[in-house]
Amino acid sequence: MSRVWIVPEHNGERLTRPGREALVAGQRLAADLGVKAEVLLLGADVSAVANHLAASADLAGVHTAQHEALAVYTPGAYCDALAPAIEAASPAFVVFAHNYQTVDYFARLAQRLGAGLLPEVTAWEQDGEGFLWSRPILAGKMTSKVRMRGTGTVLLSVQSGAFSGDALAAGSAPVEALALGEVTADREILSIEDAGGNEVDLTKADVIIAVGRGVGGEDKLGPIHELAEVLGADIGASRPVIDSGWLPRDRQIGSSGQTVSPKLYIAVGISGAIQHAVGMKGSSCVVAINKDSGAPIFGMSQYGIVGDLHEVLPALTAAIRESREG
Amino acid sequence: MRVAVCIKQVPDTEARLRVAKDGRWLDEEDLPFIINESDEYALEEGLRIAEASGGEVVVISLGPARVKEALRKGLALGAARAVHLEDEAFSGGDALATGRALAAAVAKEECELVLTGSQSDDVGFGSTGSVLAGFLGWPHAWLVMGVEIEDGTAKVTREMESGKNEISRLPLPAVFEVQAGINHPRYASLKGIMKAKRKPIDTLAPADLGLSPEDVGQAGSRLEIVSVAFPDSGAGAQIIEGEPEQASRELVDKLRQEARVL
Ligand SMILES: Cc1cc2nc3c(=O)[nH]c(=O)nc-3n(C[C@H](O)[C@H](O)[C@H](O)COP(=O)(O)OP(=O)(O)OC[C@H]3O[C@@H](n4cnc5c(N)ncnc54)[C@H](O)[C@@H]3O)c2cc1C
Repeated sequence: MSRVWIVPEHNGERLTRPGREALVAGQRLAADLGVKAEVLLLGADVSAVANHLAASADLAGVHTAQHEALAVYTPGAYCDALAPAIEAASPAFVVFAHNYQTVDYFARLAQRLGAGLLPEVTAWEQDGEGFLWSRPILAGKMTSKVRMRGTGTVLLSVQSGAFSGDALAAGSAPVEALALGEVTADREILSIEDAGGNEVDLTKADVIIAVGRGVGGEDKLGPIHELAEVLGADIGASRPVIDSGWLPRDRQIGSSGQTVSPKLYIAVGISGAIQHAVGMKGSSCVVAINKDSGAPIFGMSQYGIVGDLHEVLPALTAAIRESREG
Repeated sequence: MRVAVCIKQVPDTEARLRVAKDGRWLDEEDLPFIINESDEYALEEGLRIAEASGGEVVVISLGPARVKEALRKGLALGAARAVHLEDEAFSGGDALATGRALAAAVAKEECELVLTGSQSDDVGFGSTGSVLAGFLGWPHAWLVMGVEIEDGTAKVTREMESGKNEISRLPLPAVFEVQAGINHPRYASLKGIMKAKRKPIDTLAPADLGLSPEDVGQAGSRLEIVSVAFPDSGAGAQIIEGEPEQASRELVDKLRQEARVL
């Protein structure tokens, strides 16, 4: 019988939001296969999370992998703990959240196991030949449908936001401790630090104008500043703007930057890649200005203007001034 | 130190993308290709490390004839040599098949350090470098934002979510998957471009790497792309038409009256 394992991210007490999303995706996949999913928790002491899941989630079992070397994440220790367990149980699928930690180690785990690797799944359907998986390509501009060939375990990760963590199937589950072999860290963690430049706090901003690569250069930011001034807005940016040095790093919005939730978010020359989108999802009203009508950002916005930002921005600034005076 | 840098050519997404007739990938006719963004940063980092240690960079790319252009650019920027994995059998590989082929090429080159980009801007597996490391049995780190080489080890800064960095130490040889923004990539000089014309590009097929055609490309992959498509557009934004002035006025009205955010 097929088995579905889920390796959800947690903070020692509870699953994190991506962890819950992976759990829900894994439960759905298991249901499609006519089985109940199993969870595997890694850490130095995961009893709190394990007990919480055992009392709340519909699962065939919660397996705990506890070891001192798992107190701090390293790919080597995680692979050492997971590889023999997956090998012994040979689940059809192991479901992970597609976050930075997963990507750092799960391909390595697939290589070690000779398992299939299916990153960043957003959805799936079944046809006569089995599962057809959807995943984004070209920074979300297009989607692809893929199939997994051959036999043996497939490690898959689910994209952030593709599944709602609230849709958990409730129930209970037995907890069982896994016997671990040798678990060895393959990097010496020296410290975890702030990436620096935390002077600007965009998390409390009411109105944000976020600039993307489409602005075309540091010297072209004038109209952005003008619009920000009439709106009393803060300026944020997508990553390439920061990487190019057009604005300082503490203005970056997204998975490796700040997570914001303003009333109004005006995305200017931003394509809407997932790593940016996760940082702005909490905005109440999103306006996109982009010359490409097919840019994914329009799918995340309430209002859009398709056009050259260098023409639209001055017009928008003028229109706001006008409406204030009129 | 000898540093191998793996680079990939990807479609320029600024160009108009069309789906190929068979629906399985993009129509590549007239499609412009560029070096993958994070790979450019990996190359710059490799050049800096090689320069500081009196070593050299070997650029490696797997792909059809067109990727020679990317390799030439690598040579023009300062790489000493280039290796091109070119054979029909290499095409259509997933991260596992491509990582296997690249690992074999790196092993041949006797390098102490391999740098790749963190993620390709086309299929975006984000996994090829760590698979490569697995085949070599070397440690690796993904999303590298800083590398300091100190007697046989590397002190590495890795990006984490929400503005944190992990600082760690790894023994060499190792594989680092470099994140965009780690440095400011240089431009090729005219002298560099001229010099690059005389630098060697080795072309290798699976047999040259001790691999069979079944181990690489689509044949060696578990994942197969069945179709590609544009997502349903239109869903989401209410698009405001018209000249910038008129559209802007209408937008301001809507933001005031419908959305009530102004
Ligand atoms: C691990 C990882 C972490 C990341 N973290 C983040 C993050 O925290 N934040 C983040 O933003 N990104 C992040 N990224 C990068 C992300 O994947 C995208 O590359 C990035 O968000 C794209 O930025 P962009 O939209 O500004 O640029 P592009 O994708 O290049 O888009 C530019 C847009 O501008 C439009 N445009 C161009 N010229 C004009 C014009 N004259 N007028 C109007 N429109 C124009 C184009 O049509 C295009 O849609 C991360 C990537 C990785 C791999």
